[in-house]
Amino acid sequence: MSISRRKFLGWMGAAGATATVGKSAKAASNKHFTGYPEGLGVLHDITACVGCRECEAACNKVNELPEPDKPFKDTSVLDQKRSATTKAYTVVNKYDAPSKAKAPVFRKMQCNHCLEPACASVCFVAAFSKQPAGPVVYDPTVCVGCRYCMIACPFEIPTYEYDDPFTPEVKKCTMCAPRIANGQLPGCVEACPKEALIFGKRDNLLKIAKEKIRKHPDRYIDHVYGEHEMGGTSWLYISGVPFNEVGMREDLGVTPAPSLTSGALHVVPMIVGLWPVFLAGMYGMTKRREKIAVEEKKKAVSHALEKANSEAEEKLALALEKANQDKEKALKQAQQEKEKAVKEALASTAETKPAKEDS
Amino acid sequence: MSEQLISENKTLFTPFNVIAGIIVIIGLVITFLRFTKGLGTVTNLSDTSPWGIWIGFDLMCGVALAAGGYTVSSACYVFGMKKYHAAVRPAILTAFLGYATVLVSLVYDVGRPVRLAMAYPFVVQQGTTSLLFEVGLCVMIYLSVLFLEFTPIPLEWLGLKKIRNIMIKLTMVLTIFGVVLSTLHQSSLGALFLIAPSKLHPLWYSPYIAVYFFVSSIIAGLSMVIFEGTLSHKAFHGKMDKTYLEEHDPLVLQFGKAASLVLAGYFSIKIIGIAADNNWHLLVTPYGLWFLVELLGFVALPCFLYAIGARDKNLKLIRFTAGWTVFGIVLNRLNVSLIAFNWQKPLSERYIPSLMEIGLSVFMVTALIIAFKFIATNMPVFHEHPDYKETH
Repeated sequence: MSISRRKFLGWMGAAGATATVGKSAKAASNKHFTGYPEGLGVLHDITACVGCRECEAACNKVNELPEPDKPFKDTSVLDQKRSATTKAYTVVNKYDAPSKAKAPVFRKMQCNHCLEPACASVCFVAAFSKQPAGPVVYDPTVCVGCRYCMIACPFEIPTYEYDDPFTPEVKKCTMCAPRIANGQLPGCVEACPKEALIFGKRDNLLKIAKEKIRKHPDRYIDHVYGEHEMGGTSWLYISGVPFNEVGMREDLGVTPAPSLTSGALHVVPMIVGLWPVFLAGMYGMTKRREKIAVEEKKKAVSHALEKANSEAEEKLALALEKANQDKEKALKQAQQEKEKAVKEALASTAETKPAKEDS
Repeated sequence: MSEQLISENKTLFTPFNVIAGIIVIIGLVITFLRFTKGLGTVTNLSDTSPWGIWIGFDLMCGVALAAGGYTVSSACYVFGMKKYHAAVRPAILTAFLGYATVLVSLVYDVGRPVRLAMAYPFVVQQGTTSLLFEVGLCVMIYLSVLFLEFTPIPLEWLGLKKIRNIMIKLTMVLTIFGVVLSTLHQSSLGALFLIAPSKLHPLWYSPYIAVYFFVSSIIAGLSMVIFEGTLSHKAFHGKMDKTYLEEHDPLVLQFGKAASLVLAGYFSIKIIGIAADNNWHLLVTPYGLWFLVELLGFVALPCFLYAIGARDKNLKLIRFTAGWTVFGIVLNRLNVSLIAFNWQKPLSERYIPSLMEIGLSVFMVTALIIAFKFIATNMPVFHEHPDYKETH
């Protein structure tokens, strides 16, 4: 089954009406989002691409980009691996895929227009938005130039005008959003002479891709790249060789980018709510402990004083008693000695008396 | 007359002043180039490496190493370690200057600094699904909080008693604000990388990365207070009063003990992270060995050294370990943001900072030190102002 580009063009009128409203991706959402129902996309049949670079030339023209160093007719540039730049939103690369060694394989790259874009979820001024019609678009009037979108994009698509000192912008494929809104095809799709690019509703493109794979199992790998990668992309790919042989990562997983950060974002309000309670509680406990410590100290001091006082009194009493006893003892002794002395004196006088009488 | 000139020359051309002067001149030249010729002229940034050392070092490390502010103020005012009161001011000052430097670095790094200064993300259009939005908001508010916490220092210096007394009354509220904001943005700096599992090496990428960043910021805070106290002792000994000097040694001991404990916890959760993702097999790869250098050399080892230092009351060992740990935190932040980022790419496609990028980072650190030196020399930082003794 093959659908002509002209037929897809007819669908544009309906799409144009919905292409005007932008909406940002929600990071913290528990809904299962599988893309806007009427969303448009492009199916890239890698097996059909011949590396003519017509798409690059068309992209350059419709986006009014500067003239390249080498003309688009020159296919010698294909010998080098290229990435999109600020001056070329799409590039075609040539791969000598090992599983199909005879002929080289060509693959076009550009923004994949994720259903839930990483760039949109990480932009702190919400400069990126996913339009219900499909394109992920960028608003240069709010961009601060933090380049977090470039860190986040798993396909390494956004590029930055590092050499512009005053008004640098992020540059990337727009899926020709303005042209789509006017009922036109994206520049690259219109220019492709081999129908390696098919434009239409993403849902239909998926059906076409699977139908192609079903009809030609010998020609295609049984996988539609972009159906689920990073939660799904508006651009879809089918290939005759494993995707990692044409420079496409197969380890990205199926988790939409916003889900990667939603957990961390969910914790934030909880910390704002509970941390002050915890800290105030700690502060209260510390204060109370200090108060108790002060009171206990006071108690201990007064207790010690009391104890010292009573001990002193006891000692005093004991000392007094002892002194009394000593006094009495001394008095007694003195009395005894006195009596003894008197007795002795009396005795001696008694002795001397008879002696006197004797003489 | 001529003698006076010579003596003036002598005081002006100290080794510190000469080196700092040269760095400042180089920094100003780079500044001129950055704002007239663009980022492309001065940096090695590319479309695949959009963040360089101005983010990886100036922002990531700057914020982590400024964690001493919230760590010490919460220890002193919330957790009741009042006896370390004298360490609060130097820590708050470092944090305030650190965050201010981070902000200035960002002005250099972003493409449209005027829009950053005009707070576009908060005023014009809010990207609330972005962790960077949260980081930006928290850092902005926290810088204000730090400024308010810092104001008693210049207010005492200027003799504005009334305002100073009002600011002192706000201490408790500001401290709690500071801890909440720090918890949020310290952790969110790590969470920034949650979006890029395909680019950051799985040993560093973890669903727990936010917790790692927060816990390691506590370690950074404790270690920085010890580390920077040691440096200050050499530079500002004459400015330190009896209270500061008396409290300093027990503080070093206690903070060393605390750092050992937190490092032990951090080590455990890092191991749990490897187990949770079942990444054991990656430990024997080259990146795995590098990961082990960080984990064993800069987490397990300082944990152990701090513990020995605390047990033996070996202040020298604790001070050395503090410096070692600070280096380890810097290494961790650089690993996450630069070294283990884009790990699958061949070296030719990897980011290596340009000389001018390094020059500007050195300029930033130097500017911070000059500001710290000026304030610590002239204002009541390491000593209590004579008018306010016994008032807190």
